[in-house]
Amino acid sequence: MEILLAIAIMALGAVVLGAALGFASIKFKVEGDPLVEKIEAILPQTQCGQCSYPGCKPYAEAIAKGEADINKCPPGGAEGVQRLADLLGREVKPLDAEEKPKSVAIIDENTCIGCTLCIQACPVDAIVGAAKQMHTIIAPLCTGCELCLPPCPVECIRMEVIGENIDNWKWRYPVVEIKAAPLKEAA
Amino acid sequence: MLMNLFKFKGGVKPPTNKTQSVTLPIAVAPLPSRLVVPLHQSIGGTPRPVVQAGDKVLKGQLIGEADGWISAAVHAPTSGTVLEVAMHVQPHPSGLDALCVVIEPDGKDEWIAREPLDYASLKPEEVRERLQQSGVVGLGGAVFPTHGKLTPAKTVPMDELVINGAECEPFITCDDLLMRERAEEVVRGIGIFRDLLQPKKVLIGIEDNKPEAAAAMRAAVDALKEPFLVVSVPTLYPAGGAKQLIRVLTGKEVPASKRSTDLGVQCFNVATAYTAWRAIAHGEPVVSRLVTITGNVHEPRNYEVLIGTPMDELLKLATPHPDTDGIIMGGPMMGFLVPQASVPVVKATNCLIAHADRLFPPKAPEMPCIRCGSCAEACPHELQPFEMYWFSRAKNFGKTQEYHIFDCIECGCCSFVCPSRIPLVQYFRFAKSEIWAREREKKASDGAKARFEFKQMREEREKAEKAEKLAKAAAAQAAKKAAEAAAAAAEGNAAEAEAAAPETPAVAVDAQKDAKKATIEAAMARAKAQREAVQPKNIEALKAAQQQEIDQIEARRQAAHLSEAAEPAAAAPASEKTE
Repeated sequence: MEILLAIAIMALGAVVLGAALGFASIKFKVEGDPLVEKIEAILPQTQCGQCSYPGCKPYAEAIAKGEADINKCPPGGAEGVQRLADLLGREVKPLDAEEKPKSVAIIDENTCIGCTLCIQACPVDAIVGAAKQMHTIIAPLCTGCELCLPPCPVECIRMEVIGENIDNWKWRYPVVEIKAAPLKEAA
Repeated sequence: MLMNLFKFKGGVKPPTNKTQSVTLPIAVAPLPSRLVVPLHQSIGGTPRPVVQAGDKVLKGQLIGEADGWISAAVHAPTSGTVLEVAMHVQPHPSGLDALCVVIEPDGKDEWIAREPLDYASLKPEEVRERLQQSGVVGLGGAVFPTHGKLTPAKTVPMDELVINGAECEPFITCDDLLMRERAEEVVRGIGIFRDLLQPKKVLIGIEDNKPEAAAAMRAAVDALKEPFLVVSVPTLYPAGGAKQLIRVLTGKEVPASKRSTDLGVQCFNVATAYTAWRAIAHGEPVVSRLVTITGNVHEPRNYEVLIGTPMDELLKLATPHPDTDGIIMGGPMMGFLVPQASVPVVKATNCLIAHADRLFPPKAPEMPCIRCGSCAEACPHELQPFEMYWFSRAKNFGKTQEYHIFDCIECGCCSFVCPSRIPLVQYFRFAKSEIWAREREKKASDGAKARFEFKQMREEREKAEKAEKLAKAAAAQAAKKAAEAAAAAAEGNAAEAEAAAPETPAVAVDAQKDAKKATIEAAMARAKAQREAVQPKNIEALKAAQQQEIDQIEARRQAAHLSEAAEPAAAAPASEKTE
């Protein structure tokens, strides 16, 4: 009898907890993969496609599925690889491509013929212009993805490296000076 | 006047070294050979240059227009010719360039027409606009545009207006001399701030090592019958920090990441009040400021210096000792060695100290942190510098933020007391600028992502809209065809119509295709018509001989063209056959 009671109590507990878990899994369902979002937050959002995926989100999804390596993002640089490795518990790898300094596209407005091809190519709507009108790049919005370079029929777009200026200058890491000890004369 | 004063935690007492430079009255520095006026001298937007090389300018003429609300105008410090608007090295620890207007003085020092105003007759917003256009910024060191601090908060009543004459940093005496010699104008300037902000009380805090300045200010306050309180505060570095002075005078502690205005307190420097008065009552924009020249020099003194004066020329006035090997801008606690001796004096330059190893012996090498806690005791903001140091050093920036690194005012107390001589402030500056850079990047990448997603959404929508439009046109065409078919059926015999009836889906598809074909043909016809409409423009008004020549050429061309056209036509079938 006691055994039956114990079984009944356990069974009741299992039913109640199971119901609670079942309810929670419906009520608090997580939309989308949270890991993809975390990976995407690390990626630089240049949408340049240098990783061979059409944008940062598809690349993030591929990394989350384990299909893609973490070292395919040149704009993210070595630091990006490091952060991805930290997040995913994978090994740090050297970047699969050359790391370039951050740059911005510049349209030579005298040469531009107003063909709108670059506007269509720009993934982040950083180019303004209209058919047969001069185009220009809104420099603060440009991610430096270089996708506008190939479509230009008159090759009037060039990339310019964003140098250091007073606004983006950073204090250096304090260097601990190690001075050579004075040589002692051989005794 | 007895008043209950409060204390802030921590603080240090470095040797003040102020007596050297207060013996002589303020002198006006002579005109330098040329003036390099940086456009970006205040916090906020960079002013746009409004002059070009070759322009003649008068003293006080606008050369840089304020860009946005938090930005202040820049003016020509003397009359002369603009030599260039170009990049020059800035008095900034980075040693990088920024846009400057270079002026060659003509020696006349001729003012533009000045318009003194009676501010009592102006609306508050007009006063604020005047201050912005006169380039009035906080001269205590932060160079925040003053007009931006003169709008009373709507939610919190303004209790106290604190005027900062503490000048706590060693060596610097420019505010001391200003209050001694120009107290009346300082008090009148405070009157402007008072009228704009309508505080209940006005407190002027002066460190008790400046009794002459306090006496002069009291005399001026009494003479002008103002209800301002001049309060002597204990000499303790950094009593002149805005939050520290507010704490000492009002007992209010400004919480982390909040502003003093949230507690109904606003704070201004005495020199700012002085320039505000000059700007309103004399129509003089900020073209000069008081600078203490001291340190390793024969004659330390305060000078009234034009903005843009090269520092090396200025330093010569005080005859530096031969072993001088650099210039510190600001005080020894918060200042920095300028990257080049020829950089210009800017609105933030309150003091130049000639540097020599004799005066500032090089620090012994850094030793490991022993966690003694001296830095935490000295910190006037009750932070834990040793913790922030560990995390900055390990580049664990998230943790430094948990320890409120952005509440650090970089006063240098922690580095001053550190027995291991660790340059703590340098680590904090490094961590702060890294965090700022990351935040900038994060903001940019979030924006890029949002725009990318919007573009994708827009492209999808456009595609859907186009498809819908085509479907609608096709349906209309089909309906038309069906109607025509119905009409034809009505005319023709009934049997044929009945036979056609089951085939309606096929008819609809056909109709759709036909419609597409028709539109394409129409477009091609239009394009052809356009081509034909465009006629060569050089065949008007031809002479008879020319026309004849053209006709001949045309005839030849036609003959050649025909033969050419005939040949491929003949060859084409042959090639098809071989394949």
